[in-house]
Amino acid sequence: MKKLLASTALMMALGLPALAQDYTPDPNAKSGGGITVTYKDDVATLDPAIGYDWQNWSMIKSLFDSLMDYVPGTTELRPGLAESYEVSDDGMTFTFHLRAGVKFHNGREMTADDVKYSLDRVTLPATQSPGAGFFASIKGFDAMSDGSATTLEGVTVVDPMTVQIQLSRPDATFLHVMALNFSSIVPKEAVEAAGDDFGHNPVGTGAFSLAEWTIGQKLVFQKNADYWRAGVPYLDTVTFEVGQEPIVALLRLQNGEVDVPGDGIPPAKFTEVMADPAQAARVVEGGQLQTGYITLNVTIPPLDNLAVREAINMAINKDRITQIINGRAVPATQPLPPSMPGYTADYAGYPYDPEKAKQMLADAGFPDGFDTELYVMNTDPNPRIAQAMQQDLAAIGIRASIQSLAQANVIEAGGAGTAPMIWSGGMAWIADFPDPSNFYGPILGCSGAAEGGWNWSKFCDPAIDAEATKADSFNNPDDPARLAMWSDIYQNVMKEAPWVPVFNEQRYTMKSARMGGDDSLYVDPVSIPVNYDYVYVTE
Amino acid sequence: MPAYLARRLFQSALILLGVSFITFFLLFVLPADPVRQIAGRSATPQTVENIRRELGLDQPFVVQYGRYLWGLVQGDMGRSYLQKTDVSTLIAARLPPTLLLMAAGIACELVLGLAMGMVAALRRGRATDNVLMMTSFVAVSAPQFVVSLILLYIFAVRLGWFPIGGYGTWHHLVLPAVTLGILGSGWYARMMRSSMVEVLRADFIRTARAKGLTRRAVIFRHALPNAILPIIAMIGIDIGIFMGGIVVVEGVFGWPGIGQLAWQAIQRVDIPIIMGVTLVSACAIVLGNLLADLITPFIDPRIRIR
Repeated sequence: MKKLLASTALMMALGLPALAQDYTPDPNAKSGGGITVTYKDDVATLDPAIGYDWQNWSMIKSLFDSLMDYVPGTTELRPGLAESYEVSDDGMTFTFHLRAGVKFHNGREMTADDVKYSLDRVTLPATQSPGAGFFASIKGFDAMSDGSATTLEGVTVVDPMTVQIQLSRPDATFLHVMALNFSSIVPKEAVEAAGDDFGHNPVGTGAFSLAEWTIGQKLVFQKNADYWRAGVPYLDTVTFEVGQEPIVALLRLQNGEVDVPGDGIPPAKFTEVMADPAQAARVVEGGQLQTGYITLNVTIPPLDNLAVREAINMAINKDRITQIINGRAVPATQPLPPSMPGYTADYAGYPYDPEKAKQMLADAGFPDGFDTELYVMNTDPNPRIAQAMQQDLAAIGIRASIQSLAQANVIEAGGAGTAPMIWSGGMAWIADFPDPSNFYGPILGCSGAAEGGWNWSKFCDPAIDAEATKADSFNNPDDPARLAMWSDIYQNVMKEAPWVPVFNEQRYTMKSARMGGDDSLYVDPVSIPVNYDYVYVTE
Repeated sequence: MPAYLARRLFQSALILLGVSFITFFLLFVLPADPVRQIAGRSATPQTVENIRRELGLDQPFVVQYGRYLWGLVQGDMGRSYLQKTDVSTLIAARLPPTLLLMAAGIACELVLGLAMGMVAALRRGRATDNVLMMTSFVAVSAPQFVVSLILLYIFAVRLGWFPIGGYGTWHHLVLPAVTLGILGSGWYARMMRSSMVEVLRADFIRTARAKGLTRRAVIFRHALPNAILPIIAMIGIDIGIFMGGIVVVEGVFGWPGIGQLAWQAIQRVDIPIIMGVTLVSACAIVLGNLLADLITPFIDPRIRIR
């Protein structure tokens, strides 16, 4: 057994998987005050087992905690409700030692029974959790999923402060899964008291508790004075106002009524905002774990022809598309975004070369090109991006008609495998957790290629799938050998060209002048748009 | 009268049944799977199937529709797929703001529309008439989204007279209500103008003038009550069109009404909410028409209900 301690120096000395240096509190931070954040869409639920939306993801992060957590503003794991943990040598058993004296918002102390209850709850089919599948490596998951068990066999309460989790297969990403919102620890009595509506009556251990919720109008989060992490949060309240158009939110920010527009700067206003030095100074730019791509359905002729897919890869002018969205992205060469571990910096990808693409198309037997369809979600800027792609394809003779549909309809066509080409903008793919495997299984692996899956190119290479399984069987997710394997996997995927990786979006968060805290908190890769627990106000 | 009322109520119930069937059927055949929206992008096929079974969406259409109707009869509008809350609770939370905005919006469009129509009729063929009719034409055809944003920009952002969107005080109500008023006034202005012009030509007006009544008395005591008559029935019919405008205006002004609720539910294929909002709106329209028919005989004794 390797014992993993919270002391970084000791871990380094023992050569164990290193947890990051924890966050250093901001010496200038002031306690008190409140901020106002706006969103266009209503908050559907704050139940951590259910919530999977843009707006409720970071809210849930502030109301609840999981066994694992991330250092604010980074993608590095740190212990959360677990003070420390041990991994068995075969990587199949995780023992978590819980932090003592952690209290739920209802005043009760959290124990190992709550951990077991929470993991059972999220995997129980009746809960209808969209995240249930993340827990598939826990022993007994299949029995939960098919309804033959009501408790996870692999999760054992050793004593009130210790939980042991046994896996049915090695899973390098398991600690990341334990940091997901879906793994949040919830108190049984509060879930049962809320009946069917825990989503509107959340009780967690997080830095904030829900004080007020007027459906369709606003939510008020209140500081948890008993929070187990000393010194945070700084803010007394966070008010979320919903139903606010992004353009209206921007006007209100300029008027001093809003601190963070949660949906960002509207594309139509981006140039104007950035041209004004006073406003541009309050915009924080950062990378995000996102890739925008075109899927090429390998089961639909002539896209089943590798040369045709390569030609399309060489026909798309990524620089121009990046300009269309005001340079709010960097052109992509591969499925992984640059800030993801396993990204291959020296892989150049397919060059933009329409002449050669046209020649390749002719050699493949399509001197006059062919007709096809490009599906796209119908909200700005996606149709404009699709038009640019349409022109690029036309330049090599491919006549693509644009099918601009509502998000749900595009996803349906992608899952059914009826769409020859799909531009992923507005739908996919942002990582659930910072690990290279998260860009493979659902969107490039064989499992995702099944009917209804998110692998819209229906690409399935058993040899690559086997490599992926091997890479995920490592004990240490950051093992260089594992990251090298993932790097190879994505380069091999690109040899088959099931995608045209187009760009990696940058994030731009705007804030009011009175908001303080390190810039990294405003482009936190995990808490989007802002890490509410660590930001503060200066007046 | 009671027999008439009973017949009309029965007809209304049939209409609502038809609306529920058509909406449910359209949502059923829609090429968008609600389960995928709930399950999200990382769900395994097993998770997807589990959710489908839990919600009864694996059943044939007849069973699903039958269950829905059975619930409806018992006063249960179902639970939202994504919010996991009773639809009746969600609609109840959002109905008061919408009703308030509707009342204020209809008042605005009536005042604006009737005034414009009356003035235009009295100045028929002159410049005032032309300008007013042109204005009403622009109001009818202007995109709601654009008008909302223009008013918001001028009166809230530039002049700062009203808050930039939101809900709570009468200050918040003014801009969205006036926007709806301007957009809807065009119809009423045109209706009122033609109705007034017709009445002004009628014999009884000539008689009134011949009696030596003042111009004011002729217009307000004799012409106006008669000219307004056809407009009353129009309010009932207008509710349908009005509901369409409210969806857009609520969106821009951040007004927490059922328009916003419907819009978001449609994006996410949250069928119980879409059904609920559709039925509530259909009820409003049906009731509006019924009320218009019932009120007319009280205003015009020539019309009798049988």
